[in-house]
Order: sequence, then structure tokens, then C-alpha cells
Amino acid sequence: MDKMPKWADVVLIPLINFALAMFVSGLVILAIGKDPIVAIKTMIEGAFYTTNGVGYTLYYATNFIFTGLAVSVAFHARMFNIGGEGQALLGGLGVALMCLWIDWPHWTIALIFAAGAAAVFGAAWAAIPAWLQSKRGSHIVITTIMFNFIGFSLLNYVLVNNLRPTGSMDPASAKFVSSAHLPTFHEMLAPFGIAFSKHSPANVTFLIALLAAVLVWILIWHTRLGYQIRGYGHSESAAKYAGISPHKIIMISMLISGGLAGMMAINNVMGEAERLVLNATEGAGFIGIAVALMGRSHPVGVVIAAVLFGFLYQGGAELALWQNIPRELVVVIQALVILFTGALDNMVRGPVERVFLRLRGGAS
Amino acid sequence: MDFMTIIQILDSTMRLATPLLLACLAGLFSERAGIFDIGLEGKMLAAAFVSAAVAAVSGSVWVGLLAGMGASIFLSLLHGLASITFRGDQLISGVAINFLAAGLTVVIGQSWFQIGGRTPSLSGDGRFLPINWPFAEALSETPVIGGIYSELISGHTILVYVSLLIVPLSWYVLFRTRFGLRLRAVGENPAAVDTAGVSVIRLRYSAVIICGVLCGLAGAYLATGLAAGFVKEMTAGRGFIALAALIFAKWRPWHALYACLLFGFLEAIGNRFQSIEIIGISVPVQFMQALPYILTVVILAGFVGKAVPPRAGGQPYVKER
Repeated sequence: MDKMPKWADVVLIPLINFALAMFVSGLVILAIGKDPIVAIKTMIEGAFYTTNGVGYTLYYATNFIFTGLAVSVAFHARMFNIGGEGQALLGGLGVALMCLWIDWPHWTIALIFAAGAAAVFGAAWAAIPAWLQSKRGSHIVITTIMFNFIGFSLLNYVLVNNLRPTGSMDPASAKFVSSAHLPTFHEMLAPFGIAFSKHSPANVTFLIALLAAVLVWILIWHTRLGYQIRGYGHSESAAKYAGISPHKIIMISMLISGGLAGMMAINNVMGEAERLVLNATEGAGFIGIAVALMGRSHPVGVVIAAVLFGFLYQGGAELALWQNIPRELVVVIQALVILFTGALDNMVRGPVERVFLRLRGGAS
Repeated sequence: MDFMTIIQILDSTMRLATPLLLACLAGLFSERAGIFDIGLEGKMLAAAFVSAAVAAVSGSVWVGLLAGMGASIFLSLLHGLASITFRGDQLISGVAINFLAAGLTVVIGQSWFQIGGRTPSLSGDGRFLPINWPFAEALSETPVIGGIYSELISGHTILVYVSLLIVPLSWYVLFRTRFGLRLRAVGENPAAVDTAGVSVIRLRYSAVIICGVLCGLAGAYLATGLAAGFVKEMTAGRGFIALAALIFAKWRPWHALYACLLFGFLEAIGNRFQSIEIIGISVPVQFMQALPYILTVVILAGFVGKAVPPRAGGQPYVKER
């Protein structure tokens, strides 16, 4: 059982996996005739040296905290929710419905309703696959993939036929009402005399994302429901024997998961774009998979991994700008992180376990 | 809708169904051997890029095809390494492969050709060109039969005909040979196959390699047959539609053909009409695009017959010690 200390499982192995992913990415950069050292320097400077860069890093991280938590909660019930992308798209629709026509007295009230609508829409989009999994045995991975595509088509239809302002050609909604504007870091920090870039999209949602991480931590490790979710995830038969209803656990964990993914929309749709565009999520739903895998499905790990991916995203944009390396390099890194931390985990785990066994053998 | 329109729609159905069919049969071999593969999309995309790039550089579409198949087989082996050798999660591995292909094709394509992640346009020997059957020209004026013969049957690229031949071939291999029996057994009960002294590992690797070959054909067809070059994200979810078709067909070769023709038909209709009137109700184009996915969910839900995947699908095989 305990072949190695816990810190090795939680910290060392993800770090080795990540280092491997970065190493292979470095080889890719070399292969296209660029310098990996210069590339990583450009990324770090672009993501951390200016408040604008930090703002973008944290803005992306906010998206990834939500989607990473979404995947994590489902993982604990041994459900693989690939549908975060679709759920986040639908969450955006929920936000748009709240922010297009209602004139809010204060942004906090707008935020509460928009977040609620986003969560409800995201959860609803996860509810059908969850129900089909628990009642009809349809594989949740396949149904959530299908629901990503269905969600995209649905959103496309609604944008083109219902939300598009008359006379506009592109499939996007009108600008949201000004009373639904969320304070950005620039506006939040100005009263304290801290100068923060005006142009970065980081906004108050980052704090909501951290709050969500705390709530997920309490839910999973300090409530009866969380215990049931983890119990079901470890052993379905044991959970059944203990009187836990699989149907209830699948439904609840997927609803929470979908709700979290949907709530990403308050960051990218309400906080940044302030209107609903077709491809608002930009793949953040999928990055949640990498984030959850790297963060070992623990909220603390998820937040750290999300900031790391925020850095990769912002750094990747800088690479495209200064080094003529396409932004898609980040997609390669993301793929390698998923590959090494998720699929090839045993490749690293085996040797590391052997090293620890030998060390222990030597000590005793 | 006149007769010629119908023929044209069926003609483009054939062309659009081909990549779906090849990818679907690829998934069939892999999943029948117990290796779930949601990385069909990525393998097709990689093959599309490599085949178009190599065809553009070498000037020969056949060299391109081989290179594309090589790229696809490489990703298949990676999937095999993760899911067979290291007993990792097959679904996660598939997700990783999809992103790997999506990222690498653009990164390499952009630095290689410097035209926004595309490959140069292919022409002449760099493409698979339509094969005109004998007398197609002469017969095209003949009513009904002429249209069917010259438009629908003649005038496709060789890969279209090859894909149609692979359907009976797959059926034969899977259901009439010893290899096929073992392959299916390894997807249902690998322990029994192991007990019989047959290597589970080797069978599963063979299955993923076949999957790689077929995905390579599918991708090469996309970039060198259907289109004249690679553009970024050109598979556009076809790998997932193929996966949907595989479930729709309940993991059977002939049914895979019918499912892919149906989904190809839906795509052809969606390409041609912005909205369709069916018994007075106008169906939006977005609904047509979503229909393959909706149908798959309905099938998966078991409301119209039950789709049961191979029993050992998704589980790594651990030999008893």
C-alpha cells in the first residue's frame, strides 16, 4: 500500500511528469529551429514581469480553476466528465440571459444571479449524460463528448437566431448592460493605491474561484456527501453495501461538476468579453482535464496547476508575439501533461516506487 | 428537388462518408480488441497534415499517403504504450493524443511552410484524382442510369473505392479468420485468450496498428483526396462522428458502412441547404449538424436497441502472477 511516502505521490510524481512534458516540449521547440531557453524566458517575462501579464495569467487561471474543480469533483466519483467545454458554453448562455436585458441595481446582485444561472445551465447540460449513465448505462465519456458538440450547435443556433443584434453579421450577442460590469483588478486595487494594469481582464471572479476551491475542499473531505462520493469512487460495491445510492451519487457529483464548469462563464463572458461570442470557452473545458490530473483532484493542487496553465497560456501568447512560435505550442504542452500525468503515470511511478523501496531497504 | 440534385447529394454523401468509414473501421478493430480509442480524431488530423506536407514536398501523393500512415501508426503505438504496456487510462490517453495532434500539426506546419499552419496547395500528382470509369462520359447523357453511373459510381478517388472494399475485408478478417476470432476474444475476455496461450499484448498491439493504418488512410483522404492540402483543425470533429457511427453500428463492419453513409448524407444535406423544410417545419442547419451526436446519444441510451461495447473494453489486462 504505502510503497512511498505521501509527499512523493502528491508532489514528486506530478513534478517529474511535468518536467518530462516540458522536456519533450523543449525538443519540439528545438525541432522547429528555436531556442527553448529563450522561449521559456520569454514566457516567464510575459506572464509575470508586468501587472498586465500577471492579470492575464490570473484571468486564465480563473477559468482553469473552475473547469479543473469540475473535472476533479467528477473524478472523485470515478466519473470522467469530458463535457466541461459544453457545460461552460451553456453556462455562458445562462450569464447572457441574465446580463442582456435586466438593469441591475448593483454588480454584486448581478453577479449572484449570473453565477446562479451559469451554474444551473452548466449543471443541466451535465444532468442528461449523468442520468443516462446511472439509469441506462450509457458511457459518460461518450455522452459528454456528444453533448459538447450538441451544445456548440445549440449555442450557434441561439446566437444566430435569437441573441444576435439586428444588422450584425457575426454570431455574437449584444453588449451586456453596464450595471453587470464586474470590477477588474485595476478597479479593485486602485483604492489601495496599488497600480494594476487597466487592460488586463483579471476580475473579481478570481476570488470567487478561490472560494469555490475552498467549498469543494469542504464538500469532498468534510461532509457526509463528500465521503459518500469518495466512497462510491473507490468501490461501487462497497458503497452500495454501505447503503449509498449510486444513482444519487452520480447525479449529484455530475450536477456539481457541470455547475462548476458552467460558472466559468462569469469570468470569461461576464468579466472579460461582456457579451456572448460563439467560441467563448476557447478550450478551457478541456484544460480542466489536465489541471485536475496534475492537481491530483485536490483543490489545492487544482489551484496551483490552474495558475501554472494560466502562465502557459499567457506565456504562449507572448511566444507567438515575440518569438514567432505559434500559440498552439501550449496545446502541445497541455497534451503532454495529460499524457504523462494521466496515461503514462505508471511509467514514472514504477521506477520511483522501486527507488523508494530500495532506500527503505537500505535504511532498515 | 430534381433528380440531378438528388444524385449530386448522394455523390457528395459518398465522398463525405469515406473518411468517416475509414476512421470508423479503425475504431472497430481497436475497440473490438478491448482498446477504447477516442483519439481517432487526432490520428486522422496528424495523418492529414503529414500526408499533405510530404505530398507537397515530394510531389507524390503515394509517398504522402505512406508518411501520413506512418504518423498515424506512431500515435497508435503511443496509445498502445500508454494503455497496453503501462496500463494507463485509455480515455485519457485518447484525449492526450487528440490535443497532441491538434497542437503539433499547427506548430510544425507553421514553422515548415510559414502560411498560417496550412500546407501548400496540392495539384497533379500531389493529389488523389478522380478515376473516371469507362464510358462514364458517353453514358452521362443517358437518362437515370447515365446520371447514376457517371456521377455516383464513377469519378471518385481511389481511396473511396478502397474504403468500400475494406468493409467486407474487415468483416472477413474479424469473423472468418483465426486472427479475428482471437481479436474479438481479447476484447471480451482477455484472460481466456491468455489461458489458451495466445499473447494478449501482441493481439492488442496488432489491433492498434491496424487502427493506425486505417486512420492514416482516412486522414490522407481528407487532405489529398477531398481537399487539396491541409488546413488547421481540418478533421473538424469527424473522428468523433466516426466514433458515434461505431456505436450506432454496434461495433459491426456492415452496419458501420450504413451508419457512415447516413452521417455522410446528413453532412451533405447540411452543406447544400441552409435550412430544410420537412412537412412544413423548417429544420435549422445547426440541428442537422448536431443530428449525428443526438442520434448516438439516443442509441447509447438504449431507447432504440441497446449498444453494448466489447466487455473488456477500456480495461488494461493484468496477467496473473
